[in-house]
Amino acid sequence: MNPFSSGTRLRDMIRAIRACKTAAEERAVVRKECAAIRASINEDDQDYRHRNLAKLMFIQILGYPTHFGQMECLKLIASAGFPEKRIGYLGLMLLLDERQEVLMLVTNSLKQDLNHSNQYIVGLALCALGNICSAEMARDLSPEVERLLQFRDPNIRKKAALCSIRIIKKVPDLAENFINCAASLLKEKHHGVLITGVQLCADLCKVSSEALEYFRKKCTEGLVRTLRDIVNSPYSPEYDTSGITDPYLHIRLLKLLRILGQGDADASDRMTDILAQVATKTESNKNAGNAILYECVETIMSIEDDGGLRVLAINILGKFLSNRDNNIRYVALNMLMRATTLDAQAVQRHRATILDCVKDSDASIRKRALELLYLLVNENNVKPLIKELIEYLEVSDQEFKGDLTAKICSLVEKFSSEKIWYIDQMLKVLSEAGNFVKDEVWHALIFVISNASDLHGYTVRALYRAFLTSTEQETLVRVAVWCIGEYGDMLVNNVGMLDIEDPITVTECDAVDAVEVAIKRHTSDLTTKAMALIALLKLSSRFPSSSERIKGIIVQNKGNLVLELQQRSIEFNRILQKHQKIRSALVERMPVLDEATFSGRRAGSLPTAISTSSGAPSNLPNGIAKPATAPIPDLLDLSSDDVPAPSSSGGDFPQDLLGVDLSPTLAPSGAGKPPKASTDVLLDLLSIGTYLPVQTGSSAADILSSSQDDKALASLSSLSANATSPVNAAPMMDLLDGHGPGPQKPKENGQAYQSLVAYESSSLRVMFNFSKQPGSPQTTLIQATFTNLSSNVYNDFLFQAAVPKFLQLHLDPASSNTLPASGDGSITQNLKVTNSQHGKKLLVMRVRIAYKTNNKDVLEERQINNFPQNL
Amino acid sequence: MIHFVLLISRQGKVRLTKWYSPYSQKERTKVIRELGGVILNRGPKLCNFVDWRGFKVVYKRYASLYFCMCIDQDDNELEVLEIIHHFVEILDRYFGSVCELDLIFNFHKAYYILDELLLAGELQESSKKTVARLIAAQDSLVETAKEQASSISNIIAQATK
Repeated sequence: MNPFSSGTRLRDMIRAIRACKTAAEERAVVRKECAAIRASINEDDQDYRHRNLAKLMFIQILGYPTHFGQMECLKLIASAGFPEKRIGYLGLMLLLDERQEVLMLVTNSLKQDLNHSNQYIVGLALCALGNICSAEMARDLSPEVERLLQFRDPNIRKKAALCSIRIIKKVPDLAENFINCAASLLKEKHHGVLITGVQLCADLCKVSSEALEYFRKKCTEGLVRTLRDIVNSPYSPEYDTSGITDPYLHIRLLKLLRILGQGDADASDRMTDILAQVATKTESNKNAGNAILYECVETIMSIEDDGGLRVLAINILGKFLSNRDNNIRYVALNMLMRATTLDAQAVQRHRATILDCVKDSDASIRKRALELLYLLVNENNVKPLIKELIEYLEVSDQEFKGDLTAKICSLVEKFSSEKIWYIDQMLKVLSEAGNFVKDEVWHALIFVISNASDLHGYTVRALYRAFLTSTEQETLVRVAVWCIGEYGDMLVNNVGMLDIEDPITVTECDAVDAVEVAIKRHTSDLTTKAMALIALLKLSSRFPSSSERIKGIIVQNKGNLVLELQQRSIEFNRILQKHQKIRSALVERMPVLDEATFSGRRAGSLPTAISTSSGAPSNLPNGIAKPATAPIPDLLDLSSDDVPAPSSSGGDFPQDLLGVDLSPTLAPSGAGKPPKASTDVLLDLLSIGTYLPVQTGSSAADILSSSQDDKALASLSSLSANATSPVNAAPMMDLLDGHGPGPQKPKENGQAYQSLVAYESSSLRVMFNFSKQPGSPQTTLIQATFTNLSSNVYNDFLFQAAVPKFLQLHLDPASSNTLPASGDGSITQNLKVTNSQHGKKLLVMRVRIAYKTNNKDVLEERQINNFPQNL
Repeated sequence: MIHFVLLISRQGKVRLTKWYSPYSQKERTKVIRELGGVILNRGPKLCNFVDWRGFKVVYKRYASLYFCMCIDQDDNELEVLEIIHHFVEILDRYFGSVCELDLIFNFHKAYYILDELLLAGELQESSKKTVARLIAAQDSLVETAKEQASSISNIIAQATK
């Protein structure tokens, strides 16, 4: 015997490993064993291969690398005896997975073993194939498995059935080969075969609609009969589980019936009787019975039913919900979540119980209950529910606070009807769990506050009070600091007192104190400190008497190690020292943000909020916001910013709004001036506009064809390239000051709009006629008329248009794609443009016209920015 | 379907792992560490289900061992609890009141039993008797082969004396 191969038996190795007191000792033992096994492998030791692999498996379970043993598995599988094969296949399943290339080498052995005369060896091969086969192996060995579905021994048939599931999951194309065999398995009496056969059918239905149709037609009756037999079967000790015969078979049959009944009234109808029987007769005092009831409820709720059964199902769930077993309550919550879409009213009845579950000591149940409750909140019950949730927020676990806060904020936003309620609730959340509040949420809060002009005084006082009691919540500090900076005078002078408020006396000094606390807090992060600095600058103008003190605080930060704060302090200090004249203009209140833009941006930055509120009406904060009109929300689009803060970096909304990027040299133009229309037309064009190519007379499908897309993209990039140069050349200040280009004759008449010759060349004229639908001033309907001025006919006429992001363009198909010569007839095409910033920005459009004349392709392009100003 | 089966001791030692979905060695270690942390720390009265990375993990404690199975969101958790119990009962019959040590020293036997119970992440057999019979038949095949081998080696040993 090889001197290196340790003679230890498997049992001794396990003992040795278990005797280790430290992880280091264990590693040493494993290392020694592995070395011995490697040596033995290199010697090609036949006698101990079997034992070596067993040891390796144990080592693998402990989490050590064992890849060097993979080939040993293959050798054992290839040997003739059953014991070797048995351990070889076990090793194969443990040491390898479908992604290892070594696995391909075993395909041939598997094929031989699938055809072996010993049924147990066939069973081993099927087991390995079912557990780890790759798509290639599935393809290669699928015929063998199909054949084995009809093997004489039922234990092989059941293994082959499950193996087929793996095969069709890996290669769905093979599904149709299995449909017939699977259907014949459903007629078996052997429970193992029946269970696996039903499972195979269910999985076939998932990958192939053909299979679904087939089973629905041919097998529904039979399955119902099988279920009835098993439900009514007398006690059989072999399959009995706490008084029920084979709950596994029950569950699988119910699951397959669900798939067959879904979306098919006829099939559903055939199974209602048996479902009613299962729902009423099954014992619910043991887990097995509840498992069946649970499955039955799910089937009832998925199939097409008139409602009688559903009442039964919801009642079962109600019973589940009041069960003392946590498992049962968990599944009940799970199920009720699905039931809300079917019968919200019935679920609402259990609201109180569900609210209790939110406060359960079990994290799994809490999570489910919170999700369910979230779906149940509506306009009528939102106030009491939010009150309960916020109260619970005070005592809940730290880990749960994140989830809970997010849900509360989302609900408050979705259902708030009054701003004051919204602000109150948000303040409570901020004071309780401000550290868990996401950035978008407090940005939204600031937005609402700035829009609620009558509540500024109230809000700033409430925030000041909250700030005094809890300075540990970062977001609360930020919002408070921002509000004190903006509305500090209202805080001190008690402007806009509401009846519900307690009077409070705050001196200028107190307000500055608060901000000073914020800036000196050790836990404050960069954003908070930067916001506090700006608040100080603003207060210096609002409170002239504290100006010197503020200057002192700002000066202290001149040496700050964080560059951003240092720079700000230095800049602000300059403003205080040298630019007294412009200071008051510089620190005026932030202009109110446009709601449409804000909601558009939020739609882009808050995908979670949108997706979780699916199904609910999309009313945004406070019911005051209109639905987002900007279809392409863009966070980085500098130009469509309503607050014309000339931010130099990124133009992220909250930064702009909060003045975080306030740059002193450019600030005057940003502070309070009304936004100028069309100042940033050029910049807008830089952003990726919607470019809608419409092939005249073609269907929507054609529009989406790839060649069109390519063309559109190409033209788009050329567009941006053209637009770039003038922008780069123009100095920033000019851009902000100058009015939009284009000599324009404004027409004051509100209804009639002057027609526009949008484009005219020697060969072509394009006329735009404008109209508006009453009630939607944002939307302009444009009828474009194309006239041929040359003497040649134009074929394949195609008009394309692109607009910047603040516009939304809809192109109808053109009346024709052939334009007769010499003005003898014309093409008309309707366009619909929606301006999300109506009243602030003018329409602008880039058009491209392509056509063929004399078999030559002609392309004409132009930017139209002389639209009438009253549009 | 069942994505994997884990047996973890109360001390966090892994006793058995079976993966029906592909996880690399690294991911396996991570999954075990993560789930071990979550499950071992749950109180005894809590429910047996844990939401985990978009899956559900059903676990049940038997003496010092936690049996865990990871399933899809729309699978029946209560049934999986039954399956775990089914598995434990079969182990119990096979080893005769099974304990953790049985599973440590005869881990391969535990795997053979699991392979007769689950395949491709689905239940294969609902009868404990059938599983026991199949395992016994295969065990006896191994015994016969061993006896033959030893008798052959005896013959060879005698012949070469």
